Amino acid sequence: MTETAVRRPELGPGEPLLDVRGLTVTYRSGRDPVYAARGVDVTLAPGETLGMAGESGSGKTTVAMSLLRLLPVDADVTGEIRFRGEDLLSVNWARMRAVRWAEASVVFQGAMSALNPVKTVGDQIAEPILLHEKVGEKAARERARALLDSVGVPSRRVTSYPHELSGGQRQRVMMAMALACGPDLLIADEPTTALDVIVQAQILTLLTDLVKERGISLIMISHDLSVLASTCDRIAVMYAGRLVETGPSRVVITHPLHPYARALAGAFPTLGDPASRRAPGGLPGDPPDLREKIEGCPFAPRCPEVEDRCRTGVVPLVEVVGAPDREAACIHVPGYDAAVARG
Amino acid sequence: MADRTGLESAPALEARELTVTFPARRGQGSARAVDGVNLALGRGEVLALIGESGCGKSTLARALVGLIPPTSGEIRYDGLPLQRTRSGMREFRRHVQLVLQDPYGALNPRQNVHDAVAEGLRLHGQRAGLTRKVSEALEQVGMRPPEHFFDRFPHQLSGGQQQRVVIAGALTLGPDVLVADEPVSSLDASVRGEILKLFLGLRDRLGLAALVVSHDLGLAWNIADRVAVMYLGRIVEVGTVEDVLLRPQHPYTRALLAAVPSTEEREATAVLRGEPPDPTAIPSGCRFHPRCPLRATLPEDAAQRCLTDVPVLPPGTGTRQVACFHVEDGPPAPAAPAEQIEVTG
Repeated sequence: MTETAVRRPELGPGEPLLDVRGLTVTYRSGRDPVYAARGVDVTLAPGETLGMAGESGSGKTTVAMSLLRLLPVDADVTGEIRFRGEDLLSVNWARMRAVRWAEASVVFQGAMSALNPVKTVGDQIAEPILLHEKVGEKAARERARALLDSVGVPSRRVTSYPHELSGGQRQRVMMAMALACGPDLLIADEPTTALDVIVQAQILTLLTDLVKERGISLIMISHDLSVLASTCDRIAVMYAGRLVETGPSRVVITHPLHPYARALAGAFPTLGDPASRRAPGGLPGDPPDLREKIEGCPFAPRCPEVEDRCRTGVVPLVEVVGAPDREAACIHVPGYDAAVARG
Repeated sequence: MADRTGLESAPALEARELTVTFPARRGQGSARAVDGVNLALGRGEVLALIGESGCGKSTLARALVGLIPPTSGEIRYDGLPLQRTRSGMREFRRHVQLVLQDPYGALNPRQNVHDAVAEGLRLHGQRAGLTRKVSEALEQVGMRPPEHFFDRFPHQLSGGQQQRVVIAGALTLGPDVLVADEPVSSLDASVRGEILKLFLGLRDRLGLAALVVSHDLGLAWNIADRVAVMYLGRIVEVGTVEDVLLRPQHPYTRALLAAVPSTEEREATAVLRGEPPDPTAIPSGCRFHPRCPLRATLPEDAAQRCLTDVPVLPPGTGTRQVACFHVEDGPPAPAAPAEQIEVTG
């Protein structure tokens, strides 16, 4: 559908679209460095949808924004980010700009601040098309109308300014922009946070349909496990800059293995579940301080099942015995010791 | 479990025919943010007020604590109308306290924990045993040992601790009612549960009633005895949590529940279309009629009624009420009995 200035590497059979290895991000702006991501591995197959869950400070937004090198300059990023086999951390800026929008794009949190208030939404949607493809203004404008239509905003709205639209419509415009150049990967950062439940449900339904229709891979970030479970095939739960559990959405939310994932799932009660009636699920203690280097399991200070050996060394993410599509970083996971012994 | 609605005696706090209208802004009519609300909070009861943004729930909460003067209607505390005199308001504020959404914004950044909690006592001239009362309030909200926190400033506390300090400040005057506007929505998921547990604990230990305003139906399931659902300035359904959330009747309540994300496949038709209209242009009759999925299924004469008549919830009573002519527990139909609609969850 699109034709970019720079060659797009072809994807071999069975090759992941995205393969992130040992991603580490450290912010060095303040007095103390902030260790926001501490060795994250993520793979994403073409067309796969992955939800990244975690609280503020867990590193989920840092990881997602680092994929397209959208972090501020004071962020030290190391590791490997292979997108279609190409390491995005080592490509030059021209190549990076070609990848953004055309091959992978972002739907940002808070559409009001992400959109330009003094440009019509039509112009904003046409902008990436004009930048990345050899098309005229008229054709780009036609595409913008069609895109608005596909995200459920009347196409006559091309001449509207962001402030003339509702919050839900602005988020739809953001999605139209992200889809404009036919990317293979969409990164959505809390796309429904500021929206009401009914509008949120509309946006989530739309997002699910769009990525399914177009075979786009999706990485969606949210603090709300139930939002992710309703949208994504798989969920990865982050805590203190590390992945602590990954697996198919439904099992992660219904039968979480890591004690933190369990607490997070408990924070979103199922209506009608007698276990949570007049019994809010919570977790004593506070989220970890990211300025500190963490020894052992980062969740140990708040964990109800903590043992002495949780507090030393590294507790790695291991494959769960009997469930090859699940991983968890907890010594109590079946097969943990054997997996660690294997290395 | 004993009857926790506590409505057999006079309600602790009550709104009667309460209306709050904000004056017109350029090019717009005036906004009826709260439009004839009857709502009662029983003694020791936790009532969740649920609605989308712009439905008027925060305005209602502020009017209930006396911060916004109502355009018409009245607030009653302990069965008596609120006296809007200086001494009347002062007395009222000792009994009814507000907890806001953003604790960091609610706290003075240059005031330490001790002084922040003591502020209410100082304003009410209760200087005797000040530090003891501050300690007690901090203990009540689980900040132990209290002395350990006295000299800390808001930025040295976590979000959960900040909200505990705000709640402690509200407790010092020994109120019977807390009105909390989205008390946990700015907090992280794992901390949220701890603050909600605190509200339940305060009710159990001190008999404190709470009106908790939220957009989150899960919060209602976690802590409330009853739920009131608000749409465009009016309460559309009220009843016990089990009734309203598990057996919803009003088409709007049903749409809200259908929108709660779940792992189950969502029915495309279940999601309500459009967005809430603004309170400067309220539709005639039942204000939900332009978006109502139930109305589309009604025979023409029944559907006509939604355009002309306003379904009104009578004041008082803790039983279930639904502001829809076409459901089981709706207001009585005057002429032909409305068709029974099968309602399932």
